[in-house]
Amino acid sequence: MRVRAPSPRAVLILLGLLALAAAAGFMTIGLTGRLDFVLPLRATKLAALLLVGYAVAVSTVLFQTVSGNRILTPSIMGLDALYVLIQTVVVFLFGAAAFGAVDARLVFLVEAASMIGFAAVLYRWLFLGARHGLHLLLLAGVIFGVFFRSLSNLLQRMIDPTEFVVLQDRFFASFNTIDRDLLGLTAVIVLLVSVAGWRMRHVFDVLALGRDAAISLGVPHRATVTRVLLMVTVLVSVSTALVGPVTFLGLLVSNLAYQLVRSHRHVLILPAAVLIAWICLVGGQVALERAFGFDTALSIVIEFAGGIVFILLLLRGGLR
Amino acid sequence: MIEISGVSKRYDETVVVDDVSITLPRAGITAVVGPNGAGKSTLLTMIGRLVSASAGRIAVDGLDVATTPGARRLSILRQDNHIVSRLTVRDLVAFGRYPSSKGRLTRDDAAHIERALAYLGLEALAERFLDELSGGQRQRAHVATVLCQDTDYVLLDEPLNNLDMKHARDMMRLVRRMADELGKTIVIVLHDINVAATYADRIVAMRDGRIVRSGPPEAIMTSQALAAIYDMEIEVARIGDRMLAIPY
Ligand SMILES: Nc1ncnc2c1ncn2[C@@H]1O[C@H](COP(=O)(O)OP(=O)(O)O)[C@@H](O)[C@H]1O
Ligand SMILES: [Mg+2]
Repeated sequence: MRVRAPSPRAVLILLGLLALAAAAGFMTIGLTGRLDFVLPLRATKLAALLLVGYAVAVSTVLFQTVSGNRILTPSIMGLDALYVLIQTVVVFLFGAAAFGAVDARLVFLVEAASMIGFAAVLYRWLFLGARHGLHLLLLAGVIFGVFFRSLSNLLQRMIDPTEFVVLQDRFFASFNTIDRDLLGLTAVIVLLVSVAGWRMRHVFDVLALGRDAAISLGVPHRATVTRVLLMVTVLVSVSTALVGPVTFLGLLVSNLAYQLVRSHRHVLILPAAVLIAWICLVGGQVALERAFGFDTALSIVIEFAGGIVFILLLLRGGLR
Repeated sequence: MIEISGVSKRYDETVVVDDVSITLPRAGITAVVGPNGAGKSTLLTMIGRLVSASAGRIAVDGLDVATTPGARRLSILRQDNHIVSRLTVRDLVAFGRYPSSKGRLTRDDAAHIERALAYLGLEALAERFLDELSGGQRQRAHVATVLCQDTDYVLLDEPLNNLDMKHARDMMRLVRRMADELGKTIVIVLHDINVAATYADRIVAMRDGRIVRSGPPEAIMTSQALAAIYDMEIEVARIGDRMLAIPY
């Protein structure tokens, strides 16, 4: 008799319960002061955590599906490098005070639109003409990322050190100051992408077989991959514009999901990855803030953990 | 009917398939043979629309493969298949139903899946994950997927790879049954000319990107023809009503 792993359904239920517990803990542990003030504040922050966790998990799994590689994350497309560059350019040109002076919604829209626009141009330009479309696309993403980062570095050197401190804060995801309007806007966009994604849920399974198998099974590969990449880009862009870049979380949760679910079906993998992201983000926040009394960025801890997973995956040769 | 007219494939300056024209009739088995690098896989993948032709036109039943999606008419097994997803044999075979079911399996689809598993003797392995199989077992699972797709045209690129003698023979008998009982048109790349001569109705021989000979096995199984194809001396022996090429 071979020992069977727990069924995907059991895994999902367990993860769901853990996520629920994390959310309950987040809302209730250490409540003091005026509840009508504290609760809405916590609810907003919780919503942001859930939204970002969702976007990061879904975008990473889908990106890995179309690229056929489980140690890549969408950040290889250079989107977060672009985000950092935008922040840097704004501070460089207008000073750190600029972020406070301008309507946050405008900043959000400009940031999200430039990231999506950049990616769309890149996809059209590279993916539609070339022979080895996807690989060339990824390579170009890497190179643009390096270029954006170098340019940011250069500009940061010329920025006033006190302003640079303000700028640096924005390079890590922060859930402490969330604009409620932006939250709503992000939720709507994420919902729209999800509806489109839900209708493609079986196509994802086929795409994961690779280009040739997908084409022989009648999936128009190039068009479908372009569509998935756009969905990924939108998710990454809005989540980054909302809280800042989250790079390694996706790697952590997608690989945990593959390990736990042991199925090829995206209807199982995607929910598992989302739940794991929620447990990490919300549970992590509870642990850091309430249990350890830390007030610092959760994302730094998660990026650290994700980075270690990345290295472990590399060492294990999980390159495929 | 597969009509190939003036088809070429170039990679930069290298011509890999060079102005090939041939018509493969409906039904029966066509074996494609030739030395390594002759362009057999390239030609097959162009028919299977995995690679686009640099020039020329390929039509299946009169429909251009470049413009018609044909997953319900034509299926292809590639020479190398690598899959990242964690799949059981049954999961993989079930994908053969995707073109018609789009992911929602009906009872009819389930019957197709069971039949394909049975045809390839995979029932006992159905719940195994692909990475727990031997190369030959995995190869059979991929063939079962193609069978499960249940298309009129089936392209197979060296399906005997990794198979032992018995499974290779079973596979060729299965291919024969697919042609005879299910009326499928099969184009199969084979690396062993004797296997081709034994099981195929027609042999198409390629060398350096061109078709150098084509015809029934009797026409190919001569020392002269084989020398033209493989550029080496090959003796042909007659045993009963069979012909055997003896290269050593
Ligand atoms: N993607 C590619 N890029 C460049 N050359 C290729 C590519 N695919 C195949 N070739 C070349 O085309 C020739 C024919 O390959 P192939 O069709 O696989 O031959 P066969 O299947 O007959 O052994 C070989 O010389 C091979 O190196
Ligand atoms: Mg070949």
